[in-house]
Amino acid sequence: MEILVCVKRVPDPAENEISIGPDGGDIERDDLVYSVNEWDNYAVEEAVRIAERTGGNVTIVSVDDDEGEEVVRRQMAMGASQGLLLTDEAFEGSDGLGTATILAAAAKNGTYDLILTGAQADDGAAQVGGMLAALLDWPYASVVNLVETNSDGPLRIGREIDGGSQEINEIETPCVLSIQTGINEPRYVGVRGIRKVASIELPVMDAEALGISAETVGTAGAKVRRVDYFVPEQRAAAEMIEGSTEEIADRIVDLLRAQGGIR
Amino acid sequence: MDARVFVYVAHSAGTIDDTALELATAAQRLFPGSSPTAIVAGSGVDAVAREAARSFDEVWKLDTEALAYPNAELLRPLLVKLLTPGSMTLLPHNTFGLDLGPGLAVRLGATYVPDVVDADGLEGTTLKVVRQEFAGQVSAHVHCNVANGAVITIRPGAFPAAQSGSASGQVVDRSTDADGIAARRRFVELIEAETGDVDITREEVLVSVGRGIGDEENLALVEELSEAMGAAVCCSRPIIDAKWLENSRQVGTSGKTVKPKVYLALGISGSFQHLGGVKGNPFLLAVNKNPKAPIFQSADVGVVADLMDLLPVLTEKIRQGH
Ligand SMILES: Cc1cc2nc3c(=O)[nH]c(=O)nc-3n(C[C@H](O)[C@H](O)[C@H](O)COP(=O)(O)OP(=O)(O)OC[C@H]3O[C@@H](n4cnc5c(N)ncnc54)[C@H](O)[C@@H]3O)c2cc1C
Repeated sequence: MEILVCVKRVPDPAENEISIGPDGGDIERDDLVYSVNEWDNYAVEEAVRIAERTGGNVTIVSVDDDEGEEVVRRQMAMGASQGLLLTDEAFEGSDGLGTATILAAAAKNGTYDLILTGAQADDGAAQVGGMLAALLDWPYASVVNLVETNSDGPLRIGREIDGGSQEINEIETPCVLSIQTGINEPRYVGVRGIRKVASIELPVMDAEALGISAETVGTAGAKVRRVDYFVPEQRAAAEMIEGSTEEIADRIVDLLRAQGGIR
Repeated sequence: MDARVFVYVAHSAGTIDDTALELATAAQRLFPGSSPTAIVAGSGVDAVAREAARSFDEVWKLDTEALAYPNAELLRPLLVKLLTPGSMTLLPHNTFGLDLGPGLAVRLGATYVPDVVDADGLEGTTLKVVRQEFAGQVSAHVHCNVANGAVITIRPGAFPAAQSGSASGQVVDRSTDADGIAARRRFVELIEAETGDVDITREEVLVSVGRGIGDEENLALVEELSEAMGAAVCCSRPIIDAKWLENSRQVGTSGKTVKPKVYLALGISGSFQHLGGVKGNPFLLAVNKNPKAPIFQSADVGVVADLMDLLPVLTEKIRQGH
């Protein structure tokens, strides 16, 4: 199968405390450590495993500026033979539909049987996969935690639904699946692996190459616009315990006792 | 605003879901004065449609065998056919809404407004909402151009459920519109979540561990604390994804719903998917090294500390007290 995996570079949630920049227009980005969106990492691993079973190639694609190259290459090192960076000033400020429009153009430019995205990224919108499927007029399944391929015919997939039950479906290809964490155990990528893909040429495509008119994407095309970031007020009831580790521990013990938390 | 407002009524085992009445509230907050039409789809849903008619003036019933399981791929083309152009459609931001919503918006030519946690006013065709980003670490004011309609998903629990009314709305049977619907994705079966050796849904004192524990071997610190307390261990999703604990220990919307008296959240950031599984308003004590962690907005007591430093000391003190 020919598989396209869409990945996004995001501030690494394990490495960063997010704070808001001076004018509220953006978060403080100066010292952020970036990595691939957690959900996308599982999507790449799944794609590589499918291609190992069925043959075919995995292509990693990202809508980003030049900074995106490192993440695309890291994901390629998991076992993808190709990468693609979609970069244009006109793409900046895209909303979900803008991003999906850019990715759809790239998808149409190749011949893929399957497109994987992460179930969601750092904005929690969980929208790009479903939009991409609709733009391509392909069937879609979200929050996928199982993919089984048959030599011929539809895929058998599992969706993780509320309460943790698994909804088994058959889905025809070509299709778009958004991948849930835990579907597999993503492989470790070492410096060696990254070095191996360093010589692979990474094509960069802009709006013109993709045949996208600039006013349909980016800030110009966005119907959903973030005005500012803010921190909601803390709930008044939250009492913060301070002091030395010893003092804190003593206070916790007292509180737990009072609440019946120690038996 | 005179655009029509639709609300998707999810239901199971013959009763309407909590999310449906939350959407009713959200519809009033987003579009004050609107009179939303409820959509009830399924097979054999007369009773559900009648129940919905107590809270909505009008209910569209889509009753057909093909919809016995709510397959978003079947529903989407049907809704595209039925929904008035330019209308506002509200869905729950859960695994059903995620499946249906984004593609529905594209197909309707409507704006997609996902995971809304609060309303901030409607000015002309600009809908103002509040969302969260970075797993709830920051909130955002978001302005949406809804001139061509919108599909809006509402975070479960963000709006209070409307009182189930006693109004007698009108049920309109639109089932024949569903004749001949087909999709390229077919529902096969449902595999129920497993229950493990310890049933965390019955425990009164829970020690819940999140990604902040860092390494599998550090879990021993959590288990020792839990043992000293006489509590049970549960966790957030990354711990399950890493296969450090059994699936049945996961708390959250895609895990178990727990109702303890005391909930100790250790190295858990406080995503809505996690907290969605913590019910019954327990005494919630959170330990996190990040003072801005969203969990502190839901906690009764917060501690900014490194688990590696605090846990051994805490366990020792509890042991000494026995
Ligand atoms: C469809 C869907 C369903 C989901 N269902 C669930 C669900 O059922 N349950 C669930 O939990 N999640 C669920 N999630 C995932 C959820 O969105 C979050 O990703 C997850 O809850 C985060 O887990 P966490 O808080 O443990 O990790 P993180 O968000 O990474 O938080 C770790 C926290 O630990 C703190 N920390 C780090 N090191 C230390 C230290 N040494 N000492 C103290 N604190 C430290 C950090 O400051 C941080 O706040 C779901 C997601 C999706 C898309």
